[in-house]
Amino acid sequence: MTGTSTLLLAANVGDPDMSVLTDDPFWLILIKAVAVFAFLLVMTLFSIVFERKVVAKMQQRVGPNRHGPRGWLQSLADGVKLMLKEDIIPTLADKPIFILAPVISAVPAILAFACIPFGPEVSIFGERTTLQLADLPVSVLYLLAAASLGVYGLILAGWSSGSTYPLLGSLRSAAQIISYEVAMGLAFVAVFIYAGTLSTAGIVQSQHDWWYIALLPSFILYCIAMVGETNRTPFDLPEAEGELVGGFHTEYSSIKFAFFFLAEYINMVTVSAIATTLFLGGWQPPPIPGLSGLDHGWYPLIWFVIKLLLFIFVFIWLRGTLPRLRYDQFMAFGWKVLIPVGLVWVLAVATFRAYQEHVSDRTPWLIGFGVVVGVLLVVAIIDPGAARAQREQEEAERERAESAPSLDRIPWPPPPPPPSDGATRALAGRTAAGSTAAGSGAAGSAGGDKGNTTVIPAGSGPRQES
Amino acid sequence: MLDSYVPILVLLAIAMLFAVGSVAVSALVGPKRFNRAKVDIYECGIEPEPVPAGPHRFPVKYYITAMLFIVFDIEIIFLFPWAVTFDSLAVFGLGAMVSFMATIFVAYAYIWRRGGLEWD
Repeated sequence: MTGTSTLLLAANVGDPDMSVLTDDPFWLILIKAVAVFAFLLVMTLFSIVFERKVVAKMQQRVGPNRHGPRGWLQSLADGVKLMLKEDIIPTLADKPIFILAPVISAVPAILAFACIPFGPEVSIFGERTTLQLADLPVSVLYLLAAASLGVYGLILAGWSSGSTYPLLGSLRSAAQIISYEVAMGLAFVAVFIYAGTLSTAGIVQSQHDWWYIALLPSFILYCIAMVGETNRTPFDLPEAEGELVGGFHTEYSSIKFAFFFLAEYINMVTVSAIATTLFLGGWQPPPIPGLSGLDHGWYPLIWFVIKLLLFIFVFIWLRGTLPRLRYDQFMAFGWKVLIPVGLVWVLAVATFRAYQEHVSDRTPWLIGFGVVVGVLLVVAIIDPGAARAQREQEEAERERAESAPSLDRIPWPPPPPPPSDGATRALAGRTAAGSTAAGSGAAGSAGGDKGNTTVIPAGSGPRQES
Repeated sequence: MLDSYVPILVLLAIAMLFAVGSVAVSALVGPKRFNRAKVDIYECGIEPEPVPAGPHRFPVKYYITAMLFIVFDIEIIFLFPWAVTFDSLAVFGLGAMVSFMATIFVAYAYIWRRGGLEWD
């Protein structure tokens, strides 16, 4: 450390000393990389069983208890089984992309973990290093970039399957992930204002005195966005099994399916790790007097893992508790609630910080102006949206009243002609099946009309569809 | 400077090796029993459509969402450096950012009013 850099460090508390990391010999980098990779795999295997066990407890079931001690090796057994399963590639699939998509989905998920700090300086085989694979001056940007690269895997999987459900599922996933990414980014801004750095290690160090969970709206915003970002319940619309079968991975089997599963759980671990690092003080021990001594050596690793597991438990808890949102509600929530709230909160934090740190004679005037502009805009936004929603609701209500099924609108099957052969009976059955499947009022009545008027040649033969 | 990216490349190599290796091994060890229904696309118990909605041209209703995402993501990209250097920019930075965010707010209100934030 030279004098100037010490000065810089003193001036900007957040900027960490990165020389410890860049001095790592190659064997140490290799060990750490393998350790991070192994950590992610173990966390995935663990969280799958943990999730199944916790959800089972919440639903008063037993849960997996056969493989390994108390069933803890269940997901390992599943993984091996999936590995040995037949690898089915549909004939309509775009083969190279179909094979590549799970890889594209899983690799960025693993990569995102490179910048997560597990702990402070320790010594491994006599070499001083921090418990972090890499620290960049723009770590958080890297995290966001790597975490969102996985969406390519989803969209390519859906597109290359050559099937309808995966395509719809992948389009939904993409729209969902990009929508909630905005809210996620907004949640970070307040943290950066206080930390003054984008380096993850620096952000953890700057939380020495107080954790950024105190920026509560940011934390809540991030927690909601991270659930949306990882496609988990209650935001698991891309794989809404009631409407889309399995979503983007409908056509996938064997290890390729396992990779999507792996990517989902690694993403869950990653966003939990980001939340831990940015809002819960990373590897810092909780600010309880007796525990402050446990902030060096290997102890911080324990704090980090405990906080991580806490988030994973919350994910599972949400899944055990909440039903899935409807798609338009979900998107509206992201764009009409999370984003404006995030922007207003950023403005509020910035104003408060500026007032606190840089107050002088003319500044309160400027700040007041900013607040007034912000409030006016919020009012301007909320009002037309509410009016529009109300108008639309009334319109929908009227429409529903108009198209409400009455007896003469129900598409009854045509009155049975004198029974001559089996073809007509089959036709009647077919019309009924068609109108039930069509569902909504307008389409159903159209199908019914068609059934009333069209004559199907008797030679078409009976076809079992119901 | 670029040295700090070396560990990421190492991790990338490990991840790629694992992913590609597993897919290759699975393709080798898995059984192969041909069945026409198995390689058909999925459908809930009825005959699948002969031409599914892809991989041909298909309408994407989410293009407005995608464009909105670009607008807001760029806003956030501008917010990040401002937030990091907040203390040195002080009140001037805050004023500049408020005017920038006000502009985005106007665009946002316009989108909302024109129904860009409606999904069905």
